[in-house]
Formats: sequence, structure tokens, C-alpha cells
Amino acid sequence: MEPLFALLVGALFTVAIYLFMSKHIIRVLMGAAILSNGVNLLIFTAGRITREVPPIIGADSDVLQASAANPLPQALVLTAIVIAFSFFAFLLVLGYRAFQKLDTDNSDEMRVAEPVNEPAPPLGY
Amino acid sequence: MAGKSVGLEDLSVAFVMEPLAAADWLIPGPVVFCLLVGSILLMLRKRTDLQPLIAIPALVVLCAMTLGLLAHVVSNGTVTMTMGRWLPPFGISFTVDAMGAFFAATSSLVALAAGIYGRGDVDHSGRRYGFYPFLLLIMAGVLGAFMTGDIFNLYVWFEVLLISSFGLLVLGNERAQLDGGVKYAFLNLIATTLFLIATGYLYGLFGTLNMADIAIKATELRGTAPLMTLVTLFLLAFAMKAAAFPVNFWLPASYHTPRLVVSALFAGLLTKVGIYALLRILGMLFPVEREELSLIIAIVAALTMVLGVMGALAQNDIRRAMGFLVISGIGVMMAGLALGSPAGLSGAIFYAAHSMVVMTALYFAIGIGAQLGGSFMLSSAGGLYARSAVLAFLTLMLFLSVSGLPPFSGFWPKVVLVKASLDVGAWWLAGSILVTGLLTTIAVGRIWALAYWRPANAGALEQHAAAQSLPAGAMAALAGLVVLSVGAGLWPEPVLVLAQDAALGLIDPSAYVLSVFPGEVPQ
Repeated sequence: MEPLFALLVGALFTVAIYLFMSKHIIRVLMGAAILSNGVNLLIFTAGRITREVPPIIGADSDVLQASAANPLPQALVLTAIVIAFSFFAFLLVLGYRAFQKLDTDNSDEMRVAEPVNEPAPPLGY
Repeated sequence: MAGKSVGLEDLSVAFVMEPLAAADWLIPGPVVFCLLVGSILLMLRKRTDLQPLIAIPALVVLCAMTLGLLAHVVSNGTVTMTMGRWLPPFGISFTVDAMGAFFAATSSLVALAAGIYGRGDVDHSGRRYGFYPFLLLIMAGVLGAFMTGDIFNLYVWFEVLLISSFGLLVLGNERAQLDGGVKYAFLNLIATTLFLIATGYLYGLFGTLNMADIAIKATELRGTAPLMTLVTLFLLAFAMKAAAFPVNFWLPASYHTPRLVVSALFAGLLTKVGIYALLRILGMLFPVEREELSLIIAIVAALTMVLGVMGALAQNDIRRAMGFLVISGIGVMMAGLALGSPAGLSGAIFYAAHSMVVMTALYFAIGIGAQLGGSFMLSSAGGLYARSAVLAFLTLMLFLSVSGLPPFSGFWPKVVLVKASLDVGAWWLAGSILVTGLLTTIAVGRIWALAYWRPANAGALEQHAAAQSLPAGAMAALAGLVVLSVGAGLWPEPVLVLAQDAALGLIDPSAYVLSVFPGEVPQ
């Protein structure tokens, strides 16, 4: 099961990195969303995949069964999902505001903060 | 209730615990306090007059807490608190060693200065958009990162400080801010995602996220697990956060766009969190892999410092020049990491603390200068010495400090680092530290000559004829940081000893491990 998931994670990373190389903010944003999903899957796979017993302690026991799934990666993934979602929401708004104010979503044309023909510093008084 | 649990262990016994020592509350205290005050300020979002009155005393209390924690750690060694009494490695531990406590104390002093400076710099609309809540929340993230003993928790604190920094960066909503913000946000998000990827692999290999546990298990796993790949991934992620050379371009693209106090805070704190993580993970957890990578780290360090200062030389905008000087300083710290010897690491730790104080103060100084002289541009600034000799004097001290000239705080860590490089025969690394110092002197000397010494041109004088008086709060914040820098320069002994202690704690983590697992025999 793990090799299959590893290949899937690799495919998601590939897509994300391909999208990162675009000049358009919206594509980079899509890449970030896909990358975060790939990472979540990676953490989940890193915790080893078992599908027999859910990690729930029964009423008649004090400890988990030995064959239960690993609950820690699930907690980690849950945290990572929340964080990635909030970042995605923020970046979506930021990208949209930037598009409204700068009139472009092409990162090559975003040169307000770093003007193209900035004068060199003076050489003397 | 008790009658129904027949056949089960009496669980209540497990909940009886020794009362905590009062000093132990200092471990989670600063982070909890920041989150608490941050949320109170968020509720008082519209009371813009009240916000600084609450935030500044709160930051004073925060400084008292972190300085108390530093004193506690210096006298009692590394301290640990594990959340909810889940025994480590299962619970999340906060472990504070000398390096964490030193950085925490320095960063809260910087935050206090920023809080005071921000009172004049951030107007009421900026306060309503949340300057002070974000300031407290970013401190929660920074302090949490310095104190946590769990790698996934470190990632979470990175995200806390990152999302607060986004809020601060776009405060004001100007075109340049949105432009810089887009680049800053995306590249930092990619860096933290890389960190998360590395953390996922680390969990897959080690089955634990507790740093002390990792330090124990690394020796056994070294033969079988692909630790080099893992550590290289961590190096890339944190180098990106710290703005080391090939992945530093987000910093000069964004640091000059927000309000000045925000730039100052970022320049002081954010990149140093990246350096802290490098020192903690490469320096303490994976020393063998760091040794393997040391040549690469050294080359990156030399390129970062030299190219950083060359960028500073080419700028007309003083704020952008300062951004490049931040990068240059990162190179010096990475040189210490590359050396890895006690002297090298202690030099890096000392330099990081120096850089927190001095870079923040430098931004304050040029901010006050721009208020008086009217421009951040070298081509049009001038006459500041005539306007205020005190400001010119304070700025000159900071300029000499950032160049690494005695008797200021930048001098001693550079001495330590140059000597440590020469000890291992890395003359080119020592040479690049010295060349960087020379070029920095030229870059800041030119700023001083043009913006301070040069007489103001007539137009600018007329424009500012209604002479603004010096902003008292901002000057006090600036003067406080300058006193720290001069103090550490004139009386470096305690800081050097502290940095040395911190470095030894990284090289031999047995005290760290013992603090988390009392009774465990360190290897």
C-alpha cells in the first residue's frame, strides 16, 4: 500500500512544482494547494498505513489494540489541513487584492515594490 | 461514579501530581501571555487609543518573564515542561535551554522597543487593522519557536508567526505592499511546506517528533536511515526562512514596503528564527550530517554575506539597503553553523542576538531620519546632522556596530568567528567575514555621509521648514536598543559566556535530553 501512496505523493509534488514555475499568481496558488495536499498524504503515509482497526480504545480496555491504526499522523494531518486551508484562503484574498490594485497577475509585471529603472545611489555630493 | 468503574484501574491516582514549582510557570508563561493579551487586544480592536496603553505594559511584563526565564535557565540549566503531563515523547514538551532563553529574552526586548516605536509610527487606522494584536501574536509564534522541544510544534509556531507577519506586512493595503506581500507570502509558504515535508519524512524514519528523543535515536538510525537527505531538506527549508543566498530574494522584495516599525520587527526577528531552527536541528540533532554538509553551508554563508552587502551598496533606497544588510548578517551566522565548533556556534548565537537588536534599531533610526529629513532615498536625503545631532550620533554608533567595529556589539562575535575559521584553516571564510565588514562600512558610511552629513538641499528644507520635533517615544526606543548594543560591546563577558554555554548545550545535548527524560542515560 505504501509504495502506491508514495507514487501518488510524488505525482502531486510534480504537478505542484510545475505550477510553481508559472508566472501567473493563480497557478502558483493552485500549486500551493496541491502541494499541501501532497504533504498531508505524505505525513499520513509516513505513519504507516493499516486498515484493520480504528484507533479507538474500547470500553473494556485501557490501551489501544496492538494492530490499531496510528492516530498520531491523523492528528498531524488535521493540524496541517487547518493551517494549509487558512493560508490558502489568505493567499486567495491577497492574490485577488493584488490583481485589483496592480492590474496584473503576472509576477514579471509586478514591479511596484522593486521598480525596473531604479536610479543608482549618488556617487558624491 | 467510582462504584461503576469496578474492574478498571483507579485512574484518579494518575491525576494526582506534585504542585508545580513557581519558576516552572515561566516556561509556557510567555507564549500563553502573548496569546492572551493578543486576543484581548483583538477584542478591543476599535479602541485604538487604549491599545498601546495595554500592549506596551504587557510587553514590559513579557520582557520581565523572559528575562526571569533566562536567569532561571542560567542558574538551573535546561528546563522542561510537558503539556498535560503526557509523558514525553508522547506529550508536547517545551524545553528551554540557554540558546532558547537567550533568544527569547533578546526578542522580547526588541518587541518592546517596537511596541513603543509603533505608538508614533502606526496611526489609528493601522491600529484598527490590528498592529498591536499582530505584534503580540507574532511574539507568541517567535517565542514558541524558541522554546518548543517538538519538531511538529516548531512547525506550528512557524505558521503562527508567518500568518501574523502576513497581517503586519499588508497593514495599509498600498500597491507596493501588495506586490511585496505576494512574493513574501508565496515564498515563505513554500519554505514552511518544505519544512513540513521534512518533518513528515522525519516522523516516518524516527517514529517520534520530540527533539530529545530524536537526539537519542539518531545515533542508532545513522547507519540505516537516509538522514543526509532529510537534513539537506531541513537545510533548504530553513535557509529559505533565514534568507540565505540562493533563496533570499523574497526579503529585499518585501521588507521595505510595510510600515517602518513592521520592517524593523521583521528584520530583527523573523530571519533569526530560521537561524535558530538551523542551529537547533543541524547543530544539535544531526551534528554528523552537519559536518558532512559543512563545506556547502560555508560556501552558502560566504556568498550570502558578500552578495548581501554588495546588494546594499547598489541601493538608492535606504530601507532596501538595510534589507540587504540583514541578508549579509545571515551569512555571518551561517558561517558559524558551518564551522560547528564551540567557538563557531557561540559566535553565531552572539551574532544572531546582536543582529536582532541592531537591525531593528537601524530601521528605527532611518525611520526617524526620514520623518525629519523627508526621504528614504539617498539621492534626496540630507541635512540630518544639522537637524538633530543626537540622532546622527546614535545612528553612527549603529552603523559602526553593524559593520563589526569596536567597541560595539558586532565586533566580538566577528572576532570569535574569524578566529574559529582560522583555527580550522578556513582562511577564505575568515577573509569573507572581514571583506564583508569592510564593504558594510563603506555602504553605511556612504549613507551617513549623504543623508546625515551632506547639507540639505534648499527645496527639502523649505518643505520641512515647520521643523518637526524629535518623536520622543521613538527616540527612547532607539536609544534603549543602542544602549544594549554598546553595553554588549563594552562589557561582552557575560554575553560571551552565555553564548558559549548555549553552544556547548548544542554540541553535547545530554543536558537537554536529561531535562526531558530524567533518568535516561545519554549516549
